[in-house]
This record gives sequence, structure tokens and C-alpha cells, in this order.
Amino acid sequence: MTSSARSTPYWFLHYGLLAFYVAFALFPLYWLLKVSITPNDLLYSEGIRLWPSRSSLAHYTFVLAHSDFPLFFKNSLIVSGSTAVTVTLIAALSGYAMSRFDFRGKMWLVGLMLITQMFPLVMLVAPIFKLFSPLGLTNSLTGLVVVYTAFNVPFATFLMQSFFDGIPKDLEEAAMIDGASRFRAFRQIILPLTLPGVAATLGFVFTAAWSELLFALMLVSKADASTFPVGLLSFVSKFSVDFGQMMAAGVLALIPACLFFLLIQRYLVQGLTAGAVKG
Amino acid sequence: MASIDIQGVGKSYGTVPVLHNVDLSIQDGEFVVLVGPSGCGKSTLLRMVAGLEGITRGDILIGGKVVNELAPKDRDIAMVFQSYALYPHMTVRDNMSYSLKLRGTPSERMSHVISAAASKLGLESFLDRKPRTLSGGQRQRVAMGRSIVRKPKAFLFDEPLSNLDARLREQMRVEIKKLHRELGTTSIYVTHDQVEAMTLADRIVAMNGGAVQQVGTPLDLYERPTNLFVASFIGSPAINILDGILRCDGENRHIILESEEQLPALARIQGRDGQAVKVGIRPEDVQVSIQNAGSRMGQVELVEPMGLGTILHIGTVHRTLKAFVLERADYPIGSNIAYSLPADRLHIFDARTGQRIAD
Repeated sequence: MTSSARSTPYWFLHYGLLAFYVAFALFPLYWLLKVSITPNDLLYSEGIRLWPSRSSLAHYTFVLAHSDFPLFFKNSLIVSGSTAVTVTLIAALSGYAMSRFDFRGKMWLVGLMLITQMFPLVMLVAPIFKLFSPLGLTNSLTGLVVVYTAFNVPFATFLMQSFFDGIPKDLEEAAMIDGASRFRAFRQIILPLTLPGVAATLGFVFTAAWSELLFALMLVSKADASTFPVGLLSFVSKFSVDFGQMMAAGVLALIPACLFFLLIQRYLVQGLTAGAVKG
Repeated sequence: MASIDIQGVGKSYGTVPVLHNVDLSIQDGEFVVLVGPSGCGKSTLLRMVAGLEGITRGDILIGGKVVNELAPKDRDIAMVFQSYALYPHMTVRDNMSYSLKLRGTPSERMSHVISAAASKLGLESFLDRKPRTLSGGQRQRVAMGRSIVRKPKAFLFDEPLSNLDARLREQMRVEIKKLHRELGTTSIYVTHDQVEAMTLADRIVAMNGGAVQQVGTPLDLYERPTNLFVASFIGSPAINILDGILRCDGENRHIILESEEQLPALARIQGRDGQAVKVGIRPEDVQVSIQNAGSRMGQVELVEPMGLGTILHIGTVHRTLKAFVLERADYPIGSNIAYSLPADRLHIFDARTGQRIAD
């Protein structure tokens, strides 16, 4: 059926439902923004008004100038960025291997990788702490990068594999006959065609690491190696929660994630659909 | 350019054999076509020559040198794929120059070679376009251009025309043939289309079930098929096959068909009395006459006019025979028609082994 054949009520319902869904999904973000610009004295007195009668950027100024937030922010950026790059690099190689090669024990390897995704991470906190503390990896950003990388590689591998599966083998065979080694064919022919996959993997891993709390909280006890989700908790004190500052920090924390997705969205849209069809 | 020798080559996937003991010697400059139904191992054999598949047994030699363990890039061969396998993110020019770049060809020489190849294939105006903006036929040309720019030892074609429509396929077939005449490069061409095989090949290698059935010139295979498979695979419309028993009575040979009709056979046919046989006769060898009554009569069941000639389906009590006639006479459906099967045009095969009985 062509779009013009559908009736007006259909489109009304169509967009109505979409609008409802978008509003539902984005409302918490809106509330985050609203609370972050509401002065403290109005926060409780005005109840659940959709927009405060008076707005101020005082929370932002405080968070940026007088809290450790810039440090947390920098730490998060380092941890998430390094994790995303490392995981994508490993997953590109392992995903390619999974897609193209048959080797002994492949089934077992896939099975093991699936198993790592099956149980709750909280079970692993204690053993990992035990392993990391003699290695000096607790209270360090490197430690977090190592943990995040380990946890994200299996899923990222499967993700990349589905992208490689969607690229015909003929292409690298043609390159190999043209005179390229397998690695060169991978680098010059296959990888450029997998950019959507690379972008999707980068985005996925970056956000996963950016919002991770459990390990960031358990492996790091000093403020100088804390990431921003842990930092957010510092706005919660024994007797009160400073919602305004917390939300302002939250809004600021959204910025890099948004920028990142803005950067890769061109590939991502392509990528998600490709993944959906192929994988 | 180089000769290619395939010596006792076999291939198994695990315990499943896909190629048995293939021996084939391809002369320098020869155009050899591997033909057979899907799954007969022809593509696998080609990929083994290219180095894209490992070799389980035997040796492959290119230019007299064993290449079994050589990576594809070191074999100096070019291949055209069925899917064309053009690099989608590169322009036509970059697609064609990729192999030259990898070999460190100086850029003036590279642009010279590419414009020469492009003009040969009529691609000059497409050089700066991406493959996705090209039609199937144009992509096919780019794939060819990519292989000819670097003067390889051999061209390998893996069903390169299968994705094109009939008209374009015919056109590209001619171009491939011309190109081969011009360049004289040793070529192996894989196809399941017997017309392509017949028209292109210096020699055809007919394959089935992972084994070579017959090697010879196109007319060899057409006129003296070595077994039932080759007889029925080569030729369109396909050969008629009848069941019968060979009778040897001194010097006299004849065949009793299932329908108990007698068919005279050539006296020099080997074989024993009472041997079960299959008799093949090509549709154009079936002689028909609508005016005269003859000893064998049938009815026209179906008429397929082809322009060049007409395929008649002649129904008899026991079977339907196909006859190909050139004259444009009118053959009304249901009309009686006399036909004969000349003894010197019969191909006689052992019914059990399917092998040709020597004549």
C-alpha cells in the first residue's frame, strides 16, 4: 500500500502514538533539565510545575567551579574513550576471525563468550577486587578500562561479526588476488565498509562505560580516580540530597555522550539497520 | 602468461570429498572452460588454482612451478567473480588501479595502463564513479578491467556472466572472446551454461560429481560425448535418450527399443549381445517429414518456434521425441509426422555405466 492510500485518521494515530512514545521516553530527560535550572528555594515550594517560575544557572556554576565534577568528568572521558577504542579494536579483529575463519574450538569459544554475558556482574566484584589490588589496579583508571574492556569484548565481537557477515567474502578474495595480504585486504577493503559497525560498537561501548556504576564504585575509593556516576553520588549526603546540583552534573554528563552520537550517527543509523537485517 | 597444470588434485571438506583426482593440463594461452551443474566442483577447482581454497591432494603448477602453498597474491593471477566483487567505497579508477598500487607501479604508467584498459572496455566516462552507480554490464566491465590492467599469468573467471540478462550476456561473451584473442592470456572460465562453454572454449572440461567427465574441443564433446552425462549436459535442446537392448547377430548390429521397435545400428559398434543400452540422438539429427508416410510415425504434440528453426515434440505411443528442424514448414499440432533415426547419428551408451560404447 502506498502512503497516499492511507487515510487521515491513520496518520493521526500513527503520529499520535509516536509523539506519545517520544514524550514518554524523553520526559525524564526533560525533568533532569528542569530541576537543574530550578533554584533551590523553588524546588520544593513549587511542587510539580512543568517549568519553574524563575530559572537560574547557579547549580551549573557551582558544579563546574566548586565541586570535583570536572575531575570526574575528565576521568570518565578517559575511561570511556579508552575502553571504547580498545574494545572496538579487539572486537573488529575477533569479529572478523569469527566471521571468516573456521578453526578448532570455535564453537567452544563462542559458547564461553556467551556464558560471560549470562550472570550478574555483581558476583564478580569481590574476585576482581582480590585480583586487582595486588596488581595496583584498584583506585586506578587503568583498572576500570581493563574491567570494562573484558566485559564488553564478547558482545562487541558478536556485533562486529554480524557486520562482517554482511560483507561478501568475494571482496577480500578479490583484494587478495589483486595482491594484498589478508591483513591488508581487511584494513583497506573490509574495514572501511564496516565503518557503520565500528561506529555502532564505539557508541555502544562508550555509553556502557560512561554510565557504569558498580565497578567504578567498588574498585575506586579515592576521589581522584572516580568517574562521574560515582561523582553523582557525592551530591547525596547523609542528611540531604542536592538535587539541583546533581541534575546539573547529569545534564553536563550528557553532553559528551550526545556529541559522540552526533559524530557517529551517520554511520549508526546505517549500522543499526544493517545489523537488524543481517544479525 | 603461463601454462597451468593440475595433477591428481583432490579436495575434501572434512571427510566429504568434493573433488576426485583431477588431472588437467592447460597450455599457455589456451581458453579452457569448466562446465557442469551446480555442485560439481568446478568453482572449487578454480578457487584452488586461485589459492582461495586449500588443496587436499595433488599439485597445481602455474608456469611449471608448484603453487600449492603460495598465497593468492603471489600467484600472479587475476580473477573475475560472479558478484564482480568491486570495492564499493572506491571509484572505478581506484578499483582498477588497486592491484597496480599494491605492486608499486609508478603513477604515470598506472594512469596510462588504466586509460588504455578503460578505452578498450568503453569505461572512460565512468572512471570517477562509484560502482553502485553503474549498471550490471558496466560493473562487469570494471571487473574485467581490473583484471587486465596488470597482465597476469592467467585469468580466472567464476561464472562472470551469470548475473546479466540474456542479451548482455551474449554481448559480453563476444567481448571476452575478443579480449582473449587480443591478449592471448591463459584463461580458465567456469560456467554452468553450456552455450557459454561451447562458444568460448578452446577446450571444454565437463565435470560432474567432483570428477572430470570429458576434456575436449566443443565439437568433440558435442559429437562424441564420452558418457551419458556429457551427452545430456551439452547441447540445447537436449539430446533424446531412449532405452534399448543391443542385439549382435554376426556382423549385424541393431537395437531393440523398449517399445520393441528395431533400430539399425552401425556394424562397427562394439558391445555384446543382450547388453542394455541407452541410445542418444540429438534433436537436429532426427529426420522428419510431414508429407511422406514412413515406417515410424508420430504426432506433433508441441511446437516451439525459435526463429532460427523449430523444436517439434513428436509423440509416439511410448515416448516423446524432440526434433529440431530448420525449414519453416507449418506443423499443425496433432498432425501425423514421419520420422527416422539415422544409424550413423546414434550415440550408444552402456545403460549400467553410462559410458559410450566404442564405435
